[in-house]
Amino acid sequence: MNAVLTARDLRKSYGDQGVVNGLDIAIARGECYGLLGPNGAGKTTTLRLLLGLVAPDDGEIFLRDYAVPQHAREARAKVGVMPQVDNLDPDFTVTENLLVYGRYFGMRARDIEARIPMLLEFANLTHKHDAKILTLSGGMKRRLTLARALVNDPDVIFLDEPTTGLDPQARHLIWQRLRDLTTQGKTLLLTTHFMDEAERLCDRLGILDHGRMIAQDTPRNLIAQHIEPFVVEVFGDRAEPWAKSHAAQFSRRFEVIGETAFCYVDDEQPLLAHLRGETGLRHVSRPANLEDVFLKLTGREMRDEA
Amino acid sequence: MKLNHYALPRLTLRFIPIWRRNLLVWKKSIGTSILGHIADPLIYLLGLGYGLGSLLPQMDGASYMTFLAAGTVCYSAMNSTSFEALYVSFSRMHEQRTWDAIMNTPVTLDDIVLGEALWAVSKGLLSGVTVVAMIWLLGLSHSPMSLWLIPLALLVGLCFVGIGMIMTALAPSFHFFMYYFTLVITPMMLLSGVFFPLTQLPHGWQIFASLLPLTHAVMIARPLMQGAVPPDLLLHIVVLIGYGGIGFYIALVLFRRRFSR
Repeated sequence: MNAVLTARDLRKSYGDQGVVNGLDIAIARGECYGLLGPNGAGKTTTLRLLLGLVAPDDGEIFLRDYAVPQHAREARAKVGVMPQVDNLDPDFTVTENLLVYGRYFGMRARDIEARIPMLLEFANLTHKHDAKILTLSGGMKRRLTLARALVNDPDVIFLDEPTTGLDPQARHLIWQRLRDLTTQGKTLLLTTHFMDEAERLCDRLGILDHGRMIAQDTPRNLIAQHIEPFVVEVFGDRAEPWAKSHAAQFSRRFEVIGETAFCYVDDEQPLLAHLRGETGLRHVSRPANLEDVFLKLTGREMRDEA
Repeated sequence: MKLNHYALPRLTLRFIPIWRRNLLVWKKSIGTSILGHIADPLIYLLGLGYGLGSLLPQMDGASYMTFLAAGTVCYSAMNSTSFEALYVSFSRMHEQRTWDAIMNTPVTLDDIVLGEALWAVSKGLLSGVTVVAMIWLLGLSHSPMSLWLIPLALLVGLCFVGIGMIMTALAPSFHFFMYYFTLVITPMMLLSGVFFPLTQLPHGWQIFASLLPLTHAVMIARPLMQGAVPPDLLLHIVVLIGYGGIGFYIALVLFRRRFSR
């Protein structure tokens, strides 16, 4: 693999709490790689390690062939970052934000200004070029943050939860733009909590939990390897007693969460036939998806924010 | 691989875009900013200078207002630099997360701290220039030697940015800065010979005052107003640079720790 980003046996702990515990990752040039994981799994810390913003306790990182964190400065010259929390400069207009950010890369004003119209168009913000940040909607701010990450024409782009908090229209626009970037041959590394986002955008996914990579493959293979093809969700007051007495007959694996029984099956027809004869139970049958895989691998209990 | 928090400052010219960023923000409110640099020292200078000055004898052969003007250059530079290094820098670092955004570029934390520090020093210098202009307009000094007050303001800025940024690096919130302004800056202003000669203080307090960096700045400023070369000039300069340099290093170590989480 022509890897543009690799990390081997990466470890980082804060105090006696291990946040990243022996992580391996390799991302090919031009790939869109998604990092999934519950809150506190170590996603953001992993990104900070890969960018050289914090030093690992152990392990090695190469970003664009530069050893990180020793040569993080050189590595970041052609890296773009879209952070989880918007940190646009509120004192400036849209255009000034791009101009000032370009200077941090040592770009000349002339070169930045030459890129600004293209970046504004990419972000659908041409009409807002002179607007103050405070007057922008959440979606506009996200798009500007994405445009800002592209000011230095990066090879690799890190996106930390790029669409969290956006309405569906805004999300779809961001997705379209991220696809445009992969078409241009950029390498994307994104974290997300949205499984549909991961499934739609990413060539490959890594599922991170407790600072370890617990599964890694294409979205399609993850579903094929880790979960039965169909899920029948049975719900109603009687779901729990029903599941205890009958679910095992029809499904290799099932779990009861509240008043819903999730039955994972290879063939849904026998179960559906049985359910048609039951009263007081409703059901939904659907193909298994990435969220099922995610919940199977990382469990259903709530996680605290790290 | 551990990054050493105690490593010497890695200073590069990459601080320039940080300084220019702050300049661009400042330009947007240049009117109110300059007004602040003029109004505050002018009110003290005229209010105390005329009010108290009329009750007081000549001091070292000059009017009280002239006496006060020398100290005003120093404390004005101290205040401007401190305010910028604490409140304004903290707002950029903590509230706006501007530093986080910048660290995703080839600019490093050391560059950011240097850029912020030199910007705060620039504000101190500007405030010093404003007061020196006032001194000349009010006819309080006629010696070209008093133009040396301008580089002195720079030195005062360098001194107080180092100390002040330690507080910024430690601050959990804006409220934290009240301690510094109430317990450090205000006593410094009152005990460094800005408003009255230190010889008026009891002996023990004089020794304490001689440890305060602002005292050393005032000791340089006062002879300059009269056109004289300050005695013990080198000692005073060393004290000011010492406080600033050591403070800057401590602040940088603390910032590195703060951002290593």
